[in-house]
Amino acid sequence: MIGNEAVARGLYEGGLGFVSSYPGTPSTEITEFLSKYDESELHSEWAPNEKVAMEAAFGASLAGVRATCAMKHVGLNVAADPLFTLSYTGVSGGLVICVADDPAMHSSQNEQDSRHYAVAAKVPMLEPADSAEALAFAKAALDLSEQFDTPVLLRMCTRVAHSQSVVETGERANTEKKPYVKNGEKYIMMPGNAKKRHPVVEKRTEALAAFAENCPFNRVEKGDGEIGIITSGTCYQYVKEMFGDSADVLKIGMPNPLPRDLILNFAASVKKLYVIEELDPVIENHCRALGLDPVGKALFSPIGEYSQATIAKAFGKAVTAGETANSPIPVRPPMMCAGCPHRGMYYTLAKNKVTVLGDIGCYTLGAQPPLSAVDSTLCMGASVSGIHGFNLSDKEAAGRTVAVIGDSTFMHSGITGLVNIAYNGSNSTVIILDNSITGMTGHQQNPTTGFNIKGDPAGKVDLEALCRAVGIRRVRVVDPYDLAACDKAVKEELSAPEPSVIISRRPCVLLKYVKTAPPLSVNTEKCRACKKCLTLGCPAISMKQGRAHIDATLCVGCGVCSQLCAFGAIEKEG
Amino acid sequence: MQKTTNIMIVGVGGQGSLLASKLLGGLLVDEGYDVKVSEVHGMSQRGGSVVTYVRYGERVASPIITEGEADYILSFEKLEAARFAACLKKGGHIIVNTQEIDPMPVLIGKAEYPHDVLAELTAKGVDVDAVDALAVAQAAGSAKCVNIVLLARLSKHLGIPAEKWREAIVKSVKPQFKELNLKAFELGEKL
Repeated sequence: MIGNEAVARGLYEGGLGFVSSYPGTPSTEITEFLSKYDESELHSEWAPNEKVAMEAAFGASLAGVRATCAMKHVGLNVAADPLFTLSYTGVSGGLVICVADDPAMHSSQNEQDSRHYAVAAKVPMLEPADSAEALAFAKAALDLSEQFDTPVLLRMCTRVAHSQSVVETGERANTEKKPYVKNGEKYIMMPGNAKKRHPVVEKRTEALAAFAENCPFNRVEKGDGEIGIITSGTCYQYVKEMFGDSADVLKIGMPNPLPRDLILNFAASVKKLYVIEELDPVIENHCRALGLDPVGKALFSPIGEYSQATIAKAFGKAVTAGETANSPIPVRPPMMCAGCPHRGMYYTLAKNKVTVLGDIGCYTLGAQPPLSAVDSTLCMGASVSGIHGFNLSDKEAAGRTVAVIGDSTFMHSGITGLVNIAYNGSNSTVIILDNSITGMTGHQQNPTTGFNIKGDPAGKVDLEALCRAVGIRRVRVVDPYDLAACDKAVKEELSAPEPSVIISRRPCVLLKYVKTAPPLSVNTEKCRACKKCLTLGCPAISMKQGRAHIDATLCVGCGVCSQLCAFGAIEKEG
Repeated sequence: MQKTTNIMIVGVGGQGSLLASKLLGGLLVDEGYDVKVSEVHGMSQRGGSVVTYVRYGERVASPIITEGEADYILSFEKLEAARFAACLKKGGHIIVNTQEIDPMPVLIGKAEYPHDVLAELTAKGVDVDAVDALAVAQAAGSAKCVNIVLLARLSKHLGIPAEKWREAIVKSVKPQFKELNLKAFELGEKL
């Protein structure tokens, strides 16, 4: 079972009744697996963003139901506002917030360490090291939440979330919904009440720190007493891989709050103390505050993922790599699929030399050569908010700058930026790349698709009406497979004297219901090898024997390349 | 303690390597091993390089495989075998589908596809089992069976009876594709 499925199973066994999340690698499968349970047992949904998801989960907890929300590390930034005050209100039904970090940034724009949030918001955090622990910790987190009247963070990372290891499943706990009782002093966080809650939070942290001294999540594994290693999460596995049972190990399963005496006693029992943790020195700094002087970031980088080899090298053990080929190996970056509807619009933007403030999704890949059509990517929604400031600050920019954002990302946090454009009046053009799905995370439904997490018909946001409602008068829809229409739309909206939205609409070519056309082929008699078609960066097109060639196994017949060919060389087969 | 065996499955996003690792992981669990499988989802699936690690033995800690550790590299594509060759242990084996899929720098003429990488590896003493798995899969009835053909080649090394492999295939694929995949396994074994 992969770690994320184990988390879902653990929460289910713990009597979970509600999950609301926004997808984000590597956290997405937690919610996908939870959605497989029947609605009569637990409600599951995709929310428009992580803040909404966490607040929905808060509502469920307030009503007396055990609840969760799952997100990637940067999603917790979006949901940080409710998190910090949820720490004050506490919970009624157990509330677990799953957050998945992505050291090495396999699918992320930064590698922030979410343990800082646990410290800053003063909430306990659990961190499993494999799937069996993911199940056990998720289940226990629900109990811990109710026991200490606090939301609990469950920290995953890519190597735990997406690794499979053996688990044993159990029965679902029979938890009753608690009755809702009005309690303003606890749940209305205006200053008078919040001032009374803050001391409660501090006391709770003390109680949790005492609990951490002797809890089932932290454990000592005795070795030969020479070196002692404090570690947690996936790093524990690398330590065990390298040292087996020879080193003394203090495995931290609860990185916040950290224990005091457990660490001091462990340090006293070994000759040399190390802290091995990916990303930031959270445990190490705690040790230093206790007056210890462990070897940590002096030896191990705060950057990227570790492995058993990282530890071997740090301890001076030889790592012998295998033989390699002599030829240089070209890189193989991810790219937009053949027939991707984003390609036609990006080609148009690149052709018109438009400055593009980009956003987060499959369409970030428009930044890759040969299109190289993106100028910036910051975080979800930043394209729409950013273009406003950009255009107001560079008077020349309005006629040659656009923001591009996907349908799901627009729902997530693009709307407020568009409101700002309309309200504070920048002459900005926003292009919504509407492919009718949340693509990059593996096809999740969203409020614009008309379907819910279970694939059943659901409320559907009308993007055109929404954009008009916030005050944008110029709203038009184009088919990104039609290059002439894209070119016309971009040119007209950029030259218009008021803000505008272009909805570039065509479903993701990988969606099962999308019917593709037969592959195209190149008539080598007509092809002049001008390589114009190569500028699209379509994985199906290459040069073979001095002529353009279309790989029939990849081509889905979208026809964008044939619109580019000045010689009519790209034809339907047969 | 029995040693851990390390298998890397590498290829190009979308080639079906996740099914191969799932099938292999399930089979090894059924054989009574402690097993860890590690995948990377998301960004890298869009036509990029993909790597999956499968480790099994009596007790497996780390879910990943690093330089010089792999007993086997199962590669769905020629260039990807060369990309990860440094992970192979001395005396390890590369099983590779000889299919060439051009990465973007090659497609747009910014780089050359290194056609001779397998020969270069063999010249350095690396054991390379080069198979036209795509042709075998097509002979079995579908290009999608490349993963099963490669697993069939791997099955010769692992000492697990062919019958168990066939059972694992039946368990992992949809009923309507059972015969197709069993055929691909048989052809792969016979190569």
